[in-house]
Amino acid sequence: MSKGVAITGMGIISAIGNNVAENYRSLIAGRTGISQISKIDTLHKDSIMVGEIEFTNRELEGKLGLSPNNNYSRTALLGAIAAKEAIADAKILDIKAYRTGIISSTSVGGMDMTEKYYYDYLESGDNRRYIEGHHAGDSTEKIAEQLGIDQSLVTTISTACSSAANAIMFGARLIKTGQLDRVIVGGADCLSKFTINGFKTLMILSDTHSTPFDENRKGLNLGEAAAYLVLESEMLVKKENKKVLGYVAGYGNANDAFHQTASSENGDGATLSMEKALTVAGLKPKDIDYINAHGTATGNNDLSEGRAIIRVFGKEVPEFSSTKAFTGHTLAAAGAIEAVYAILSLQNNIIYPNLNFKTPMKEFTLIPETTLKEKVLNTVLSNSLGFGGNCSTLIFSKNP
Amino acid sequence: MEKVFINSIGSISAQKTFDNNDFLEEITTYEDNVISAIEPNYKDFIPPAAARRMAKGIKMGVVAAKIAIEEANLTNVDAIITGTGMGCVRDSEKFVTAILDNQEQFLTPTSFIQSTHNTVAGQIALGIGCKGYNFTYVHSSVSFESALLDALMQLQTKEAENILIGGVDESGEHTNAIHKLIHHIKPEKINSNKLLQSNTEGAVFGEGANFFVLSNNKQNSSYAQILGVKTFNTLPQSELATNLEEFLKNNNLSVDDIDVLISGNNGDLNFDNYYLELSKGLFKNTQQVYYKHLSGEFNTASSFGFWVGAKILKSQHIPSEITLNTIKSKGFGTVLLYNQYRGKNHSFTLLRQC
Repeated sequence: MSKGVAITGMGIISAIGNNVAENYRSLIAGRTGISQISKIDTLHKDSIMVGEIEFTNRELEGKLGLSPNNNYSRTALLGAIAAKEAIADAKILDIKAYRTGIISSTSVGGMDMTEKYYYDYLESGDNRRYIEGHHAGDSTEKIAEQLGIDQSLVTTISTACSSAANAIMFGARLIKTGQLDRVIVGGADCLSKFTINGFKTLMILSDTHSTPFDENRKGLNLGEAAAYLVLESEMLVKKENKKVLGYVAGYGNANDAFHQTASSENGDGATLSMEKALTVAGLKPKDIDYINAHGTATGNNDLSEGRAIIRVFGKEVPEFSSTKAFTGHTLAAAGAIEAVYAILSLQNNIIYPNLNFKTPMKEFTLIPETTLKEKVLNTVLSNSLGFGGNCSTLIFSKNP
Repeated sequence: MEKVFINSIGSISAQKTFDNNDFLEEITTYEDNVISAIEPNYKDFIPPAAARRMAKGIKMGVVAAKIAIEEANLTNVDAIITGTGMGCVRDSEKFVTAILDNQEQFLTPTSFIQSTHNTVAGQIALGIGCKGYNFTYVHSSVSFESALLDALMQLQTKEAENILIGGVDESGEHTNAIHKLIHHIKPEKINSNKLLQSNTEGAVFGEGANFFVLSNNKQNSSYAQILGVKTFNTLPQSELATNLEEFLKNNNLSVDDIDVLISGNNGDLNFDNYYLELSKGLFKNTQQVYYKHLSGEFNTASSFGFWVGAKILKSQHIPSEITLNTIKSKGFGTVLLYNQYRGKNHSFTLLRQC
């Protein structure tokens, strides 16, 4: 099997912290970021809980030094903040010294501004600069500009809740096939009325703190976040003597081909994606030390994913937990958020607690870790499963 | 590295392109600034009950995919990779409108579900029962080329044998209205034959779906070999020629080897100068073709250009309606496509006769 792809930097902003260090502190303190929504005036504000980032758009614009007439959606603002941290973490001084690309992902894109100015656009010219900021690729273009990436490979993936995992996968393949020397991969999604109401109509939003893998789970909490990893080629790592945080050892993508929004009861897609990732990594199920599950706390996901885990790991399921009760389900960004958490797990030999779990599900005997656990970790498997049957698995490792 | 071939095509566009035996024999001329796809009788392809529920983008995508899969003589593929700039934008508009007009009440999930960008790829997978790799790229005018690059990598390294790729975008009323306001759509209705002489800003917006089965096995139905694709988020006009020559060199080719240049000109006064840079510069002695007067401009319009390239190489014929200059090549061996939108997201794609 070919070697893993080196991760040399990471950045994140989520409801539990504005950078990697803050996120880690919240994870080990068991501190959730879920609260009542404050920044969007929605009819549902008393009946949902969300993972909201503390900064206002104005504050984020200030951090990025943007002029008042900028046309950044909140997705682009969050993305730029996290991507900049990743670049700084990787100690990249000259982004143009190597062939550097960016593969980002989003599901919301600039919808937050579109829903705000939808009718206003037709009446007045004041906010029309945001029209160009609507399409999903716009936030990626802005992040590229912020990082100084030009004349290069820049693209965006949108496969619902598996988007960022797919961006990491595609980025790793671009490095492996020598298309790029360095690639920034990840995703960003802000909260919007569009997604809140969308998930509300699907009746999968919990009115309280979400409880992944619990028999009495009531649905998910939405969240907003952005996270990016820096992937670098073996040549670059050697030449620059880079510090490596971990490796993308394996990846797998499969489609459930079952239903437009629901997962199959037996988790066919998730089973396939985990199996593929193990094959690419050259690992056996017993080699996996911890699973950071997708675990959204919807009735459908946790049953389907749990069954898939049992199909792949049999009676020897390693420790697993979902971190969604910390951050909320951050949709397209989730795969990148949890990639950062997986690397932090490997670095610190720590398994995070699956918050709010009380009652085992009746369909199987799987029980997530409910307290912080220390364990020597060499490999972490991370699942991201989404609408349209999209199932993705990434395996991160300490060693190449 | 394995060679990669275009084994089949399926196109729904503002021209009657859904019959693969035909190559623009009957041209529809428009006098407008927004044009719609000429749709097949969907009942011939999908059960009417299913079709009724589907957004236009889904219908166009599913049917174009079906035509391509059938022509490749397959029933399934190893992977489905789509590109779309805006996804099913009509459903996005419907859902936003419903949220705003009804103050977040009385909403139904259908338009939310269909608005997700990966809905077309998901529906195709569902339709043929494809549990393989399923990706959707959503990056403006390189959405299709990103899908192409992904497929090319997997086929060259033999990770897959047959991959369905496609570009699909539908036109939405509100989206068009606001793009008129910011002059991305031409202010005037224009005859499609006069698009490049408009001298006004903006483009004529269109829609469509163009799907292809790519494979590392050449077969009787094969249209062309794909040599390479490269995308750039930015590219100053002054560096276009240098970058293009380097791309050709990396594929062991030079400007003289190109028999046809397929150009993405859309008649926008502010941005067609990129195309002129090539047509009046490096490629001034090369036969040139354009196509957006027939398809309209949309984020994945270049997938229609790719369809044109595949058709030219297989048929060894260029319909007079798409010629951009009077130069005639002796034969059509190698075709280069160049596209960009509003000066950003440029792509070069190379095809060869097989």
